[in-house]
Amino acid sequence: MNESHYIQIEGVVQRFKTRQGEFEALRQIDLRIAKGEFVALIGHSGCGKSTLLNLIAGLTSPTEGLLLCAGREIAGPGPERAVVFQNHSLLPWLTCFENVHLGVERVFGSGSRSAGAKPERKAELAARTHAALELVGLSHAAHKRPGEISGGMKQRVGIARALAMEPKVLLLDEPFGALDALTRAKLQDELLEIVAHTHSTVVMVTHDVDEAVLLADRIVMLTNGPSATIGEVLAVPLARPRRRVELSENPNYLQCRKAVIDFLYTRQAHVEKEAA
Amino acid sequence: MVSAVFHSPRAGQGPATTATTATPGATAAAPARAASPARSHPPRSSSARRFEASEWLQQGLPPLFGLLLLIGVWHLAATSGEGQFPTPAATWSAALVLFADPFFVNGPNDVGIGWQVLNSLERVGLGFGLAALVGIPLGFLIGRSVFAGRMCAPLISLFKPVSPLAWLPIGLLVFQGTEAAAIWTIFICSIWPMIINTAVGVQRVPQDYLNVARVLNLSEWTILTKILLPAVLPYVLTGVRLAVGTAWLVIVAAEMLTGGVGIGFWIWDEWNNLNITHIIVAIFVIGLVGLLLEWALVRIARAFTFEEVKS
Repeated sequence: MNESHYIQIEGVVQRFKTRQGEFEALRQIDLRIAKGEFVALIGHSGCGKSTLLNLIAGLTSPTEGLLLCAGREIAGPGPERAVVFQNHSLLPWLTCFENVHLGVERVFGSGSRSAGAKPERKAELAARTHAALELVGLSHAAHKRPGEISGGMKQRVGIARALAMEPKVLLLDEPFGALDALTRAKLQDELLEIVAHTHSTVVMVTHDVDEAVLLADRIVMLTNGPSATIGEVLAVPLARPRRRVELSENPNYLQCRKAVIDFLYTRQAHVEKEAA
Repeated sequence: MVSAVFHSPRAGQGPATTATTATPGATAAAPARAASPARSHPPRSSSARRFEASEWLQQGLPPLFGLLLLIGVWHLAATSGEGQFPTPAATWSAALVLFADPFFVNGPNDVGIGWQVLNSLERVGLGFGLAALVGIPLGFLIGRSVFAGRMCAPLISLFKPVSPLAWLPIGLLVFQGTEAAAIWTIFICSIWPMIINTAVGVQRVPQDYLNVARVLNLSEWTILTKILLPAVLPYVLTGVRLAVGTAWLVIVAAEMLTGGVGIGFWIWDEWNNLNITHIIVAIFVIGLVGLLLEWALVRIARAFTFEEVKS
């Protein structure tokens, strides 16, 4: 298996049938993501960022083209590609512990489908769940329901649920979009630490330029929809660990930031003009 | 009725809760309550007490006035007429006699009002319980399977508007008994809201939850128990509430036709005896029992509705 071609997206086209006929959301997407790489997908609203992420997750299948993960075709969703949803999608009738445990049980418990691996016992499953909650700093809230905790905490539980399954790929769909700026910054820093620790391959959808530059190894910029495609791919030449405060004066950081802003607001700006 | 059936559980709860708990005064009282602690510290206890009293007045007075108005108009109407219609006082004293011994049994056709109500409730419970057993699983099926949904939609649309009493003769024919026919009528009238609400609930399970299920690769059983059932439960409970409400309406009419012991037939029997006071007492009793059923079911529904189900 080629480590630099861990996720392969080959000539992917996505069309949807609507009442007004066929709608082409994505055309000719070609992208390779290396193992352990952090890739950010950025673009204006409606450019198909989330559509692309859903394709990698396996929640939808492409109209044309092929997606591979670790050399195997992506045929459907699976726990090796965990998704953190934009709106956290925690089940409100389960406690944080139970929400995380749901995935753990499926991957490592008796429901496990992986051949060879022995199903773990209850105590081990609970330990994994607690470890995941501890990783996001929420051990104290394990027995609270989602309705009793803040938005940032809910999103952390969503991340814990994804991480607890020990996924090969972590897919984040605007995970911090609904949070206030301070909470968002805190969670970004936490995510940096967690990824440095777990060496996960991450694909993150965002519309926040600073977030993309701060977190990603490469930034994939999508053109405006319909028929969106990859406009430009920018490598972020910043050493890790990255610290927010130091980066704010780093010339490389500012240059990357400018490049993305330039792409979004100069070359792909027509959406805003039409809307205005 | 259709719009009521399709309401979300919260929207469905709205009118009921405002009718039972909140009065116009309650909304006006809320800002006052928020302001009072900040105003002054030392005389807080006395001002709080005064405030509680005024809140009590604002909440309790209007309903009391409504009741008094009813009794007043009723009394005037009864005394100015030919004397056919009993006065509130006469009805009250008749009610006191009835409720002094509600559970007597003087032969099969002469039993206390308590037994009458309990017999009616038993029929409602049986018919409704059977309808829940059939209707809720059927609703799940219709909600989950497009084919089943399309198959059942015309049948439901066709039969739902039919008065359940029209089914009573069919029940008499098939089950060869008045008791079973009455239960059958209740079954028919309570099954529609349960099928429809369950189906709507299943269709409205947020796609996010189902995506979670797919990403986590949950088993069908886990999806059913951990996602579908809890997500649909508020809708089912709304269906249950509507069904019980309708059933309690229909049982009175059904019993008038089938006879036997029950509050509906009791009214008919008292009409034949020209005992109008007892009929009025029965109307109040039916209203009160319906109110209690509604209140209990709203309480249950609230306990099972989660804050974030809607968003």
